[in-house]
Amino acid sequence: MTVVAFLNLSWPVFADALALGGIYALMAVGIGLVFGVLRLVNFAYGQLMMAGAFALAYGDQWGLPNWLSILFCFGVALALSVLLDHLVFRPLRTHSPAVMLVATFAVAFVLQNIALIAWGSFGKTAGALAVWQAPWDIHGVFIRKIAIIAIATAAGCLLLLQLLLTRTPVGLHMRAAAMDFRTARMLGVRANRVIGGAVLISGLLAGVAAVMLSVEQPQITSTWALPETIYVLMGVVLGGLNRPIPATLGGFSIGFAFGLLGGILPSNQSQYLPSFIFAAVIVVLLVRPNGLFTRGGAAVERV
Amino acid sequence: MNQARRLPELLAPALLVLATALLGLEASNYLQAYFLDTLIKVSIVVALYVFIGNSGVLSFGTISFVAIGAWTAGVLTVPEGQKKITMPGLSHFLLTHNVGNVASLALAAGVGAVFALAVGLALMRLSGLAAGIATFAVLGITYNVLTYEQSIGPGLNAFSSVPQTTGMWQAAVGALICVVVAYVYQRTRFGRMLRATREDHAAAAAAGISTYRQRLLAFTLSGALAGFAGGLYVHLLPLQVGSLYLDLTFITLAMLVVGGSASLLGAVVGALALNGIYSFFSAATNTVDVFGWNLKVPSGTAEIVLGVLMAVVLILRPAGITGGREFSLPRRRRPVADLEKARATT
Repeated sequence: MTVVAFLNLSWPVFADALALGGIYALMAVGIGLVFGVLRLVNFAYGQLMMAGAFALAYGDQWGLPNWLSILFCFGVALALSVLLDHLVFRPLRTHSPAVMLVATFAVAFVLQNIALIAWGSFGKTAGALAVWQAPWDIHGVFIRKIAIIAIATAAGCLLLLQLLLTRTPVGLHMRAAAMDFRTARMLGVRANRVIGGAVLISGLLAGVAAVMLSVEQPQITSTWALPETIYVLMGVVLGGLNRPIPATLGGFSIGFAFGLLGGILPSNQSQYLPSFIFAAVIVVLLVRPNGLFTRGGAAVERV
Repeated sequence: MNQARRLPELLAPALLVLATALLGLEASNYLQAYFLDTLIKVSIVVALYVFIGNSGVLSFGTISFVAIGAWTAGVLTVPEGQKKITMPGLSHFLLTHNVGNVASLALAAGVGAVFALAVGLALMRLSGLAAGIATFAVLGITYNVLTYEQSIGPGLNAFSSVPQTTGMWQAAVGALICVVVAYVYQRTRFGRMLRATREDHAAAAAAGISTYRQRLLAFTLSGALAGFAGGLYVHLLPLQVGSLYLDLTFITLAMLVVGGSASLLGAVVGALALNGIYSFFSAATNTVDVFGWNLKVPSGTAEIVLGVLMAVVLILRPAGITGGREFSLPRRRRPVADLEKARATT
């Protein structure tokens, strides 16, 4: 309490920053999991979320109950994730990470422009969950419901994922594949199953993140979640792409920093916030190429 | 002998550029804009190629040097009276200094080179994915700063009253300069050393080549060409910071990848072919006539076609349509008997 008061912060700003950190963390896990098994940085992740958010907007329009539109959103994000994997990522699996990054860049543009054609530049509104914008009164402090829901959901998802990764055979296979794919395969890890699993979870997380973000930004357009994806990508690199937990921490830190600094800085300073984040990423890449939250030095190619 | 045989490697892309310009001169006023745009794209893609093609390292940063070049040339050529009205926040120095057309282009190239050098000094140690992400961050910073910084340019507004000096002539000469510079560079020992590091990093290092230095040189040269192309661009139409960000990065990268990123011919062919397709579908948003058949497509189709094309080429033919080869005249095969005779005499 005293620290928060000292920084001239209010609890609602702090909670909002935590919530944004949580959403970014979910996205970071979605991107990091797929990177772990495929060495693929998915630039099109935001477009998965966008597709899910459009599903939400349709659920809203058709008057579906909220739980059903949320399920619909999950389903669309999941289906698109699997579709992209089969159509684009699998054929490119043997290529270098840089080539795959360029390919996902292309995929992102295609999806974005399909959305532009289908729904125009104003997009659609997903307003059904706007009730979550209402504040809760916690001992005289008013905190928006979405902040608490986002924090709880993110924490829950991350906990479940951690259990999955550490307590189940599939999780073990995924971690093994992320560490050394070839050796893992030699030891009997089924490549397609592991990749399929990672792609499924990543799609599902995109759906969850889309629901949370749609409450903050209910106007769904073709570039919805695109800036967020870029920031999360930076965060994931900042934390360390190779391992799920550092990647998550990186994503969370970026979201938290954005939420907090955006909340307390005047707008003529916070407008340069992205530049500082980008600069931080460059510095980290130069000083600790493996990421902030990892141990060990960079791997050196041996001849 | 060797030099003469190599000449088609330069002539093929140069003639393609010239042919585009000549076709453009013949075209109607309405179509001319597309030809001008294509020539600018050729310059930008060649600038991309100088670094990405020769080094094999991915970079998203080139468009930021295009933007910086455009800002330099734009701010320094808007008439002084207009500057006070359209860019009131401009710093005193920029507000009171003006240069001519050619000087502005040279300055754009210079400023692009200086920025690329500064960025490269730090970033050229990286390669692969890290280089991609770091150069992306550079692009993000440039976009962010140019959007909000009113003291160095128009901010979010489009440039207005920049003298429109980029006609077909200037665009063609500009593109040719880029092609010639790229060709000369790749034929020098520096270009060859960089290509050696691309093919086999360890072997090149063992032969005493400093990858870092060679990449830095190519990155700086690429920055100069990109800045120059940006200067040409701002003299063509009222640019805005939003049009020098992700979309342009994607489109030019697609051109390089589809054409074949490992050859100059690939860069030029990719730019010409894809910009042709792109222009066609952009024009088709207000109905084009295809053999007496009216075609009208929604806006965004051009980007989809380009994206799909890029993904397909990446999957089926990763080396691009030229396969990374330069143009060479078909050579007459000497019969085996001749060869043996030649061997016998030596």
